Amino acid sequence: MFKNYITYQSIGVSMSIHRRRFIAALGAGAVASTAGCTQFGQGQSESGGDAGVSGETLTLTTTTSTYDTGLLDEIHTDFEEMYGVTVDAVAQGTGAALESARNGDSDVVMVHARGLEDEFLRNGYGVNRRDLMFNDFVIVGPEDDPAGIQGMSSATDALTTIADAEAAFVSRGDNSGTHTKELNLWEAAGTDPGGDWYQETGTGMGEALNIANQQGAYTLSDRGTFISQRSEIDLTILVQGPIEDGPEILANPYGVMAVNPGVHDNANYDLAMAYIGWITSPGVQNSISEYQVNGEQLFFPEAVSEDPDFQQYVPEGWSSDDSDA
Amino acid sequence: MFFEPIAQLSPAAFDLPFREGYVRSIVFVSLYVSVLAVTLSTLVSIPIAILMGFTEFPGKRFVKSVINTGMGFPSVVVGLLVLFAVSNQGPLGSLNLIFTREAMIMSQFVLATPPITAISLAAITGVDDGVRDAARVLGGTRIDVALVVLKEARYGIATAVLAGFGRAISEVGSVLIVGGNITSADGISKTRTLTTAIQLEARQGQYETAMVLGAVLVTLVLTVNAVVIRFGDSGVGR
Repeated sequence: MFKNYITYQSIGVSMSIHRRRFIAALGAGAVASTAGCTQFGQGQSESGGDAGVSGETLTLTTTTSTYDTGLLDEIHTDFEEMYGVTVDAVAQGTGAALESARNGDSDVVMVHARGLEDEFLRNGYGVNRRDLMFNDFVIVGPEDDPAGIQGMSSATDALTTIADAEAAFVSRGDNSGTHTKELNLWEAAGTDPGGDWYQETGTGMGEALNIANQQGAYTLSDRGTFISQRSEIDLTILVQGPIEDGPEILANPYGVMAVNPGVHDNANYDLAMAYIGWITSPGVQNSISEYQVNGEQLFFPEAVSEDPDFQQYVPEGWSSDDSDA
Repeated sequence: MFFEPIAQLSPAAFDLPFREGYVRSIVFVSLYVSVLAVTLSTLVSIPIAILMGFTEFPGKRFVKSVINTGMGFPSVVVGLLVLFAVSNQGPLGSLNLIFTREAMIMSQFVLATPPITAISLAAITGVDDGVRDAARVLGGTRIDVALVVLKEARYGIATAVLAGFGRAISEVGSVLIVGGNITSADGISKTRTLTTAIQLEARQGQYETAMVLGAVLVTLVLTVNAVVIRFGDSGVGR
């Protein structure tokens, strides 16, 4: 029960001194209860004598879809045991996850909005980006499909049709990766959504799906969250993503990158890189492909490849000419 | 640990899609954070309430209205303020408190202190003047008078502490922001409370499990209230 408490007590000498100073202010009872843990934690790491990161905590800010589907809990145990560390996964949505990292509050980020990731990289906050895995987005809606978009091969045509019909559409409206993708799609469709039929909910994907379900509305969902919730809602996939031969524009790639220790010197860069190395390794990539919810694969690994894809390390479209400019 | 027996009483026997120890650990974190925060708030609030109840000073009305305003302070705003304080870029950034229980205690302390102070103050000033006069006439010192008044006001003060506890344990906005709603991969809560767990279930559309966790929370609050009131009844006989 106190496992976390123990491990983050022994993070590092300076940190635990700070923490103990704070805890001291909390009152004698708290000090008494944690002091024993601290000693225990330190003893553990000394006797263990393993990697220098042992006992440390890695803070990962990530998007709700990786966490809510249960993927991270499933695979993280392996990393924690391998390195003797704790992973604190904070599920925030892509925009907030990157913002936390920008403020130096996390060590590594795993998100799914390439445009926002690129901005993060260009501004110097992130380093060593890797393509991690992908799934896709699908346009879902009520089975009676009032706007008539079923089976359309173009996502932008489908959105335009929904807008023309003024059929109810639920938008995440929360600066998440899915919301960012949705806005990009509207832009590509040349339509500026607005009006009574277009509702921004400001909620997570699960809630947005529920709202769409109750209102008989269309929405854009990542396939993973939709699959994990499909049994409880009446919505159905009307426009498929690339996994089921839908348009490439609905691809949903996830990237992982470390917080730049040159910007935030408190970032646990060693452990962040260990994490990136671990999660892009063939073994863990295999675990990701084997992870299933309701009998369906949710994420498709993308990190292991014979052919080097240099674009994964840099902002999209970047070339060395840029640096001269 | 002193909260451990209470946490073990929690209804982990429900048939829920949770792993072993999950519900118990979020109940523990909820109690740990709220009880510590309310204890600290009480230690600060009651001396302030006594001071304000027994002395007159210029600007007292203003201080009182500030405290009353604090009672209605939105928890999300408190969460944001604490986030700015404990974030790596904030004034307390070097303490590495972001996404920890300590940060959650800080925000709940800020939330619980105004109601505890205001209700205690109301209880103390509400004690009949005759009680003070009688204590004074019987030759009591200032401290004796204060003790008599406190004894009279004990139900009000207990109500104040319960109100603070109720605000702390049922609050979701600030603990979500500063705590990060973290559990470890083995399903043991680090900074996930009952309220943030309910929020997580609702986010995923799992309204039934959210309701069950809500029932656990309500039961917990009722139990704490019953215990405190009972303790107040039997502890000090009149």
